[in-house]
Amino acid sequence: MSAFLTLVHLTLHEAMRRRVLVATLVGAAAFLIVFGIGFHFVVRDAVQDTAMTGIRRRMVLNLFTLAGLYATHFLSVMTSVLLPVDTLSGEIGSGVLQTVASKPVRRRDIVLGKWAAYAIVAGGYTLLVSTGVLLVARLLGGFTPPGLSTGLPLMVFESMLLVTLSIFGGSRFSTVTNGILAFALYGLAFIGGWVDQIGTMVDNAAARNVGTVVSLIMPSEAMWQRAAYHMQPAIMRDLGLSPFSPASLPSVAMVVWAAGWALLLLVLAVRGLQRRAL
Amino acid sequence: MTAPAIETEHLRRRFGDKLAVADLTLTVARGEVFGFLGPNGAGKSTTLKMLLGLLEPSGGRGRLLGAPIGDRAARAKVGFLPEHFRFQDWLTGRELLRFHGRLYGLGGASLERRADALLERMDLVDAADRPIRTYSKGMTQRIGLAQALLNDPHVVFLDEPTSGLDPLGRRLVREVIHELRAGGTTVFLNSHLLGEVEATCDRVVFVKQGRVVHELALSAAPEVLEVELRVEGATDDVLAAHGTVLEREGDRVRMRIADEAALPRLAAAMVGAGARLYALTPLRRSLESTFLEVMGDDGRPG
Repeated sequence: MSAFLTLVHLTLHEAMRRRVLVATLVGAAAFLIVFGIGFHFVVRDAVQDTAMTGIRRRMVLNLFTLAGLYATHFLSVMTSVLLPVDTLSGEIGSGVLQTVASKPVRRRDIVLGKWAAYAIVAGGYTLLVSTGVLLVARLLGGFTPPGLSTGLPLMVFESMLLVTLSIFGGSRFSTVTNGILAFALYGLAFIGGWVDQIGTMVDNAAARNVGTVVSLIMPSEAMWQRAAYHMQPAIMRDLGLSPFSPASLPSVAMVVWAAGWALLLLVLAVRGLQRRAL
Repeated sequence: MTAPAIETEHLRRRFGDKLAVADLTLTVARGEVFGFLGPNGAGKSTTLKMLLGLLEPSGGRGRLLGAPIGDRAARAKVGFLPEHFRFQDWLTGRELLRFHGRLYGLGGASLERRADALLERMDLVDAADRPIRTYSKGMTQRIGLAQALLNDPHVVFLDEPTSGLDPLGRRLVREVIHELRAGGTTVFLNSHLLGEVEATCDRVVFVKQGRVVHELALSAAPEVLEVELRVEGATDDVLAAHGTVLEREGDRVRMRIADEAALPRLAAAMVGAGARLYALTPLRRSLESTFLEVMGDDGRPG
């Protein structure tokens, strides 16, 4: 087995054994239960309300499903940042990495092995929770949002961007600095996203530009916006009827930019560890 | 000609404006058990990390098994037990050996056999399938030592391997070092415990602020020997014929003799002269007194 695969294997093994993943899964299960109960009552009222038209009923169900996916996106952001937040900095600090890095192993393989393992875990987690949300919508409301084949991969992609950011931070900063930096950037992207939306609604080019610049610096939130755009019926996004329907759609170029952004961070993470005194 | 196990020339490492290793030049021959001694902060661990490629030197050069330090192929033939050995403590002992074995590029049945043999040697068979976080300090150190020997290394670096070990654990480490020497492995030992070093090393160097200040071969017989005697009825003449009496009080005598060959002659002469000899103990100058002398006994710990 190559050193890279050995490190992927060990890191997956570690993620499975640590309590943090169990805690995350318990949190996700609690969220799905609450979501299911809420969905149940919404469906019951929507069915009883005979005055509600088919379109209106669909809109309510879609809105609720998107709210569930929005919460999934938020859980995914936290998990993707926090699961790998100390994997490099913690092992550098405790000296665990000394025995690993003194083996005939490239430091590049250490970074990439950990990154790949956490990308798998965070991506899998995002897929698992969003599948839970979609199952609740399907089983209780008979509703499935459109555009899942584009939306779900974008959500998984967003979680991988955040894993990359967290690994990058860990190669250069302490665990606490890394966590604060990641969430500060996430907050920035969140606000930037809203500035962009509102700027589009009121047709203010300056506000829109601010939003775009923020998305270039931290493109994760734009991935969710593009995913949400695809996962609602055309009529809703055309009318801009839900808070999750972006007035301005992040472009495909932004997705490509995000991939390049992640690649650059990964290269910087590798170089960070290569130069680091262990 | 095979290259020496370790060679450094003017190796230097600076942290900010602090010079941790000033100018280190040394050679360790293959198969040698080499002691690297010095007070805290003398740059011992820093030197070791540079040799293992964990830390970039600020200057000078070093070679490990003939290759420039940091070379990956050379690192495949090296074992390392860091000071304060820490690792993935959620792994069991056996899993840890498996994981580190794979990092060495080992695998399959041969890795399993090697891991089993090392668990046996380190007396960890009973604990092999328990998580390492449940291990005592001594067990942790032993699994760390096992980890350093997985690849049948040509050179083993041990950084304070006996710190925190009880006497049984220390004896085990000493035995393992003797076995390594018998197998032709080079051992580079960082230690504060001078007694340990004295019992295991062929040669030691003393470092101070990253410079070699003194070198001492321990395997060679000492040139000048002091002996302590407990003897009754020995005349000054008999004693003086075989060496210089330094001190005499009652039946206790401390004297200096020329070499080891003088020992049996001294004993025979005293018995021949009708003296009653109870004890005859050669005194080697302890490493500790050499250490204090070399480091300058300014009474300040490093």
